Amino acid sequence: MLNRYPLWKNLLILFVLVLGGLYAAPNIYPDDYAIQLTGTRDVFEVDQPLLDRVTASLEREGISIKSAEVDKNAGLIRFPDGETQLKAKDIVHRVVGDDYIVALNLAPTTPDWLTSMGAGPMKLGLDLRGGVHFLLEVDLPKAVNQKLENYASEIKGRLREEKLRYRKLDTLEDGGLAIKFSKLEDREAAVSLLRKEYQEFLVTADDAEGGFFAVVNLTEQAIADIETYAIKQNLTTLRNRVNELGVAEPLVQRQGRNRIVVQLPGIQDTAAAKKIIGKTATLEFRLEAKPGSSSARTEVYEFRSEPGRRATLEKDVIIKGDNVSNAQASFDENGQPQVNITLDSKGGELMARATKNAIQRRMAVLFVEDKERTVRKVVDGEQVVEKVRYTEKNIISLATIQAVLGSQFRITGLDGAGESSELALLLRAGALAAPIYFVEERTVGPSLGAQNIESGMISVQIGLALVLLFMLVYYRVFGLLANIALGFNLMLLIAVMSMLSATLTLPGIAGIVLTVGMAVDANVLIFSRIKEELKNGLPPQSAINAGFGRAFTTIFDANITTLLAAVILFAMGTGPVKGFAITLSVGILTSMFTAILVTRALVNLTYGGRQISKLSI
Amino acid sequence: MSAEKIYNFMGFRKLAAACSVVLLLVSIGALAVNGLKFGLDFTGGSLVEIGYEQPADLNKIRDQLKGVGYEDAVVQTFGSPTDILIRLGEDHDPKLGDKVLSALQQGETQQLNLRRNEYVGAQVGEELREQGGMGMLLALFMIMVYVAFRFQIKFSLGAVAALAHDVLIVLGFFALFQIDFDLTVLAAVLAVIGYSLNDTIVVSDRIRENFRKMRKGTALEIMNASLSQTLGRTMVTSLTTLLVLMALATFGGEMIHGFAIALLVGVLVGTYSSIYVAANVLVMMNISKEDLMPPEEKEEEVDDRP
Repeated sequence: MLNRYPLWKNLLILFVLVLGGLYAAPNIYPDDYAIQLTGTRDVFEVDQPLLDRVTASLEREGISIKSAEVDKNAGLIRFPDGETQLKAKDIVHRVVGDDYIVALNLAPTTPDWLTSMGAGPMKLGLDLRGGVHFLLEVDLPKAVNQKLENYASEIKGRLREEKLRYRKLDTLEDGGLAIKFSKLEDREAAVSLLRKEYQEFLVTADDAEGGFFAVVNLTEQAIADIETYAIKQNLTTLRNRVNELGVAEPLVQRQGRNRIVVQLPGIQDTAAAKKIIGKTATLEFRLEAKPGSSSARTEVYEFRSEPGRRATLEKDVIIKGDNVSNAQASFDENGQPQVNITLDSKGGELMARATKNAIQRRMAVLFVEDKERTVRKVVDGEQVVEKVRYTEKNIISLATIQAVLGSQFRITGLDGAGESSELALLLRAGALAAPIYFVEERTVGPSLGAQNIESGMISVQIGLALVLLFMLVYYRVFGLLANIALGFNLMLLIAVMSMLSATLTLPGIAGIVLTVGMAVDANVLIFSRIKEELKNGLPPQSAINAGFGRAFTTIFDANITTLLAAVILFAMGTGPVKGFAITLSVGILTSMFTAILVTRALVNLTYGGRQISKLSI
Repeated sequence: MSAEKIYNFMGFRKLAAACSVVLLLVSIGALAVNGLKFGLDFTGGSLVEIGYEQPADLNKIRDQLKGVGYEDAVVQTFGSPTDILIRLGEDHDPKLGDKVLSALQQGETQQLNLRRNEYVGAQVGEELREQGGMGMLLALFMIMVYVAFRFQIKFSLGAVAALAHDVLIVLGFFALFQIDFDLTVLAAVLAVIGYSLNDTIVVSDRIRENFRKMRKGTALEIMNASLSQTLGRTMVTSLTTLLVLMALATFGGEMIHGFAIALLVGVLVGTYSSIYVAANVLVMMNISKEDLMPPEEKEEEVDDRP
């Protein structure tokens, strides 16, 4: 019999629609204003007693709570509205102190049975909910350079241990090291030593005028490894820092070769966020130079708190901030601020080795900060703005080493409690493996975000209403069926977006609107075919069948080519283009399903399997 | 019984070609003379959006900004007279938004609020421009390959000609009227590719079908029949899409206004181009029945060779 789907096909369509309905459902439930409570480190657990203490003090202040629960070491307190949430934040912060992160959050109210199926609402992009967006660039050449400098100190140490006398070690402009020896046999021994111990180097011997050289270059693989490490390390560090900020659902993601995107929903205070995230500072621990050391091996630095006062330090760095595994600000016996530092095992080893022979010498803590400054200059009569990157290094403290330092020691001589806690935070959150620079920065206010959602939704609704009306008037019963299918299409689109946990952005809404307009196309193609076949004199049932059959290849070709374009957009595009491409691609797929299968099923149920003389089309 | 009235579309093909050439020349001219007015996403710079309680006086704002040293500030309303958009040159300063806000708040009785504070590096702009361009070229190439594979190489050239035609005219429109070209507009231009393609493929599909089905008739007659048969569908689809886009342009808010305008122009041009440009290119390349022999036979021929 023509135009009847077998039972299994109808059931399959029904199944997909029900499933789509379930996964789209969480979007109906509005989010609760909530406060999320987590420990800054694993030792600070969030448990029921703590939560009870917090809720008790909130109740004392007369703040109403919707609910409070503990889940996987994190506490979640829900409030009836945003104002209460903001008031509560300060109180909660006062109760739990600095060991816990108190973050404003929006908690989904999806019922448990839906959550247990893995269903959750669509995420809203920053342009829709408000927040801060940063795009950071990682200075990879600098990372390679720094690593090379570390190697230089290490190689010097190894050569001295092996009693191979070198005259001079220079860093080359193209990123290699040149070691000059006075004796051929020393050079030969050094070359074979380096070749054996440093797989990441290409070691070549070079007999230039004035001496025997060993030239050491990083292999391409080694450079790639350093770069990958730098990005990974920076990602980790940035994640730690973002956690310290206490933002719910932050995004820290690599983009392209040397870029990192940081998105902080809900945060409006760009300056504060930037201060913590953009901290490019790290520390270096160096020994003070012995009097009379050659100037090639020393550098002079100013003190941070007393400009004008200087000290001469060795060029070699003992350890850097990234060897610090923990740091706490506290006060010493005399009430002076200090930072207690714990190093990782490698850092402890290096520190012990360096301080063993340096008792009674002084060790400096250098504060290293990468900065960027804008320079305006005139080139060929045109004003050009240029960004110049530079590194500023100042001495924080210079203290006499009393005993061999291990993996635990303290830094004193800080300016005040503010500086000690900032330094501790910085060290705790980890150092950056390479400097980062802000390339892009956007803030979207929450009111603008709300306005975007509203205008987006209004335009979707009006556009949809117009299309539905037009289809109904133009195609009558068939138009009604197409409209039902279009409704299912939107539902499926939302369901797939939610399942993929794709983020809905403003251009994404535009993509949905466009999908609505284009989704009708498949049905229009089918219906105009049916009309044509009817005019050609085919009986209604055959016309329906032929219409769907003939239109299929056209719909398929047209949609696949558009999908192709959308997928390329997704792969190449960033930000808004990507958001648009996601909704468009998903929309094409769901509209193919609903326009072809669902409409057909509906048409079959209405007209199929019986004698009809006229179609309402 | 004859199916439907057949319009003599191809009779006007020379006129249409001339029309397209004029439009293209105007577009290219506008692009060459005016250039696109790239938005912040591409040029880099800072953007501050401030909400007033009462309609704001733009000249007063300009004077206030000049007073604190922002000489190059571009001040305009954004959607409503109470929403002000200020664009500044290269200043890279996280506190810029607050600075501008406090400068404007001076001597103001109403409460202003900071809606948006964006800084976008120019370097990103350059990169994005390249990526956007690359994306478009790659999309065009992939589409050509797909259409050549599913249809025939002449159709592929026709489709790409129609695409290039539409994209150029949309870009030309933006250059001519100096409308801000930002990332959402780029997205729209790419969507125009999708839409125009969709349209062109539907028409090409019918042309291919008719070339195989119709025993007699010249290429021009077959084209006319195909275009007439698909005319109803082309009109209905364009109309529904335009309805939605008009809703978007009117109610979607200022941030997607450029997007909606680009698509409105794109859909109008795309509808015209799917009727005339692709078909015209096919005629110019002397499309014939032989071009559309079912592919199976060709494969056999190849297989027979030693």
